[in-house]
Amino acid sequence: MLSMTGVCAVVAVCVLFFILGYLVYHGGTSISWNFFTRLPAPVGEPGGGMANAIVGSAKLLFLATLIGVPVGFFGAIYLAEFSGTATAFIVRYAADLLNGVPSIVIGIFAYSLAVLPFKHFSTFAGGFALGLMMIPITLRSTEEFLRSVPISLREGAMALGAGKWKTIATVIVPSAYRGILTTILLAFARVAGETAPLLFTALGNRFWSPGWSQPTASLPVAIYNYAISPYEDWHRQAWAAGLVLLALILIINIVARGILARSVSVSRS
Amino acid sequence: MHASVRPAVSVNIPPTGTNTAARESAAALSMRMTVSKVNFFYGSKQTLFDISLGIATNKVTALIGPSGCGKSTLLRTLNRMHETVRGARLEGEILLDGKNILGLDVTALRRRVGMVFQRPNPFPKSIFDNVAYGPRINGSKEPIGESVEKSLRRAALWDEVKDHLHKSAYELSGGQQQRLCIARALAVDPEVLLLDEPCSALDPISTAKIEELLVQLKDFCTIVTVTHNMQQAARVSDFTAFLLIGQLIEFSPTPQLFTTPADPRTEAYITGRFG
Repeated sequence: MLSMTGVCAVVAVCVLFFILGYLVYHGGTSISWNFFTRLPAPVGEPGGGMANAIVGSAKLLFLATLIGVPVGFFGAIYLAEFSGTATAFIVRYAADLLNGVPSIVIGIFAYSLAVLPFKHFSTFAGGFALGLMMIPITLRSTEEFLRSVPISLREGAMALGAGKWKTIATVIVPSAYRGILTTILLAFARVAGETAPLLFTALGNRFWSPGWSQPTASLPVAIYNYAISPYEDWHRQAWAAGLVLLALILIINIVARGILARSVSVSRS
Repeated sequence: MHASVRPAVSVNIPPTGTNTAARESAAALSMRMTVSKVNFFYGSKQTLFDISLGIATNKVTALIGPSGCGKSTLLRTLNRMHETVRGARLEGEILLDGKNILGLDVTALRRRVGMVFQRPNPFPKSIFDNVAYGPRINGSKEPIGESVEKSLRRAALWDEVKDHLHKSAYELSGGQQQRLCIARALAVDPEVLLLDEPCSALDPISTAKIEELLVQLKDFCTIVTVTHNMQQAARVSDFTAFLLIGQLIEFSPTPQLFTTPADPRTEAYITGRFG
């Protein structure tokens, strides 16, 4: 029994390293400076890159953060500091359900709300879809971090004449800020690789997408489009894009863990 | 401080269980706070019964008694910290300079009646920012640097921290942290300072420093301290109140309470027969 559980644990680790190795092997040989700076080349023409998809992903994630983080953050403050247990239960449960909604469904929802009325795909619609996905992740973890601020600190502030809002703004949030920052980064990393919500909101674009109201390329959708194409050259580009995306997510995860580890060592009590 | 403008209140103190001498000596003092007929409930459970006592200006008043006797609860009613607990209810009257504290703005009250807790609870900020917290949120007009230094000096911590004011407060020892919390409370110039077993988490040397400090602080403010340590009450306080299961058993000048207690239960407690 023990050896079986051990084998399963090893398999779990191996899967990650297998994916990593495979990506580095295929992506590493295909990646080049051009990948980051050039637009996609027409079929049959060698070279070309995914500069538009990288910028598109950045814009989408920026919008998503703008939508998801404030709603999640202030919602968490309400949950942790103000709500009664019944309200908190309902909001928490709803957030957990929203977290479990398949991302393709979020995509349809964003499509009907942010694409159909305007009659065209857009960066905005894609960012909106990703932002919706960030809300429950940010909300639940931020709430946990706010709740973990010791009551003694709240009492200390209130005993000095700080009101509820002042206590939150000057003591509770600053005490939890590393945890909250980690949460935001992890939510960001989580939606960075989402493809389904972007398929029929941001769509895709072989060229630059100026502004916020036109279809835009993004790394996950570009990977999808290139991987299902019949061209060997495009497959290599897809591998390279996969490597870039994974590297981004990995870096964010490591940074987030670093921030959190430091916060634990500071608040020793 | 602006003691001259405050009315001296000396009604109803001390209550039952004290002899004439105590009453006379107390009546000669001005009372910063007066607690009269206070009953306290958590939900339907009553934890304080008909408590009345006076807190003399610029003196140290100690609240003693076994665990669960209501001494911390009583202390927390004095700056309405009990209101942070759901289902807490207070009946009766508590006067601060003759005004009922239940009628005051709660943040203004807590500025005038500061509090130090059982465990040091510095904010995760620098030493300077901890002490500056109160003056800053209350929009003090005094230059922040000066009031931080003054408060740290009063809390006998200045010499130890003056060279690293911008270090995290968590780098201080437990005893230093507690003195930092005292400095933080003093920085808003409270008239009354409440201390809830301020030494229970500290080693004997830190405890001795804090006790010494309490005696010095009498010059600046009125002090009420809760302690389960009778020797500590005897060393630092001018008046001692003995509580038992939510009732005030005896309230007298400290030497008298410890040498000639009027109530047999007080005697039993201070001689170590229970508690």
